[in-house]
Amino acid sequence: MKSGAMKLRSAAIVLPWLLLWPAGASAHVSGDQAGGFISGLAHPISGLDHILAMVSVGLWGAQLGPPAIWLLPVTFPMVMAFGGMLGLMGVPLPGTEIGIALSAIGLGAMVASEARPPLWVAAALVAFFAIFHGHAHGTELPPDESGVLYSIGFVVATGLLHLTGIGIGLIHRWKAGEVTLRLGGAGVAIAGCVFLWSALT
Amino acid sequence: MRRAAPLLALVLAVATPAQAHLMNSGFGPFYDGLAHPLISPEDLLPAVAMTLLAGLGGARPGRFVLATLPIAWLAGMAVGWAIGLPAAPAWLTAIATALLGALVASDLRLPLAVVTALAAALGALHGYDNGHDLAATTGALVAIAGIACSLFAIVSLLGGQVAVLQAQWARLAVRISGSWIAAIGLLMLGWSVRS
Repeated sequence: MKSGAMKLRSAAIVLPWLLLWPAGASAHVSGDQAGGFISGLAHPISGLDHILAMVSVGLWGAQLGPPAIWLLPVTFPMVMAFGGMLGLMGVPLPGTEIGIALSAIGLGAMVASEARPPLWVAAALVAFFAIFHGHAHGTELPPDESGVLYSIGFVVATGLLHLTGIGIGLIHRWKAGEVTLRLGGAGVAIAGCVFLWSALT
Repeated sequence: MRRAAPLLALVLAVATPAQAHLMNSGFGPFYDGLAHPLISPEDLLPAVAMTLLAGLGGARPGRFVLATLPIAWLAGMAVGWAIGLPAAPAWLTAIATALLGALVASDLRLPLAVVTALAAALGALHGYDNGHDLAATTGALVAIAGIACSLFAIVSLLGGQVAVLQAQWARLAVRISGSWIAAIGLLMLGWSVRS
């Protein structure tokens, strides 16, 4: 008898809680969807090769000043998303890892030499490298994520990496900062050579 | 506790269909509808891009879009709710998001008629999709009214803020947001084709 009353009481406690709980869970996003956003946010910062290349885009933009300071970071996410779309669609792109390594070398060299090509050349160079980064992300995506929230997290993280680069690049206004930026660019290019070596071997 | 286990299964089974599309705010279908655009990025992003585009053009396109988008969305929802045609394909809504985001990023001075037509087309497309999803729920017409009111609020608040922006950096920030929305739209297009 005692255990029967206990069961009833436990059910009486559990029932309202259960009735409340699913409403709470459906009130906003379910666990999978939130996971999609977080994994999208985490993906661009999961590899040093991606981080260095995206921060370099911001650094180079800051060196070049307006309008490149915003044109390059606007170009990169859009073209990278295009590359990601190709990767998701299963369109093959040869030499992705080599392209990513070359992007670190190329962008690092641009920052190190403070290269000032015409604006369209700079944008085209950034766009060319962005396709490799996007494609690599697109083919690596896990199958069961919430697509739209993953995409939001992914683009936000990429954009924030550019903004980080621009923020660091603001030291360009001081003489010592200018030199530091160029050394940083050289560091990115050297890291790119290491990535290239590991991609080829 | 043994009695709680089947209870748990039952409650979970009952709760799942409600999650399928429209959220459950607990305040009835009107509030479910109000909340829907705010927590559905696939609807919110193109609506925000449309609003930014209108706002960058100034007050006049802003007013036209404020009138057009919610009404077209409302009409689209009514059609989608009433007619049992298939839902709009995901790739089409993804392309709409990418296109509108790219237009914001480029800051093209589009003629008023084009901006208004874009708002009408976007509202009709996404409204149709919402109406289609709502057809199976109870209180759908009240929810539809909630969604339209929510869109009116989004366009008026955000569009008004953007329309008065004068500073170069502030307009650039809007354009960068547009480029992010375009990038998200392109990725959504990839997802829709993959799955």
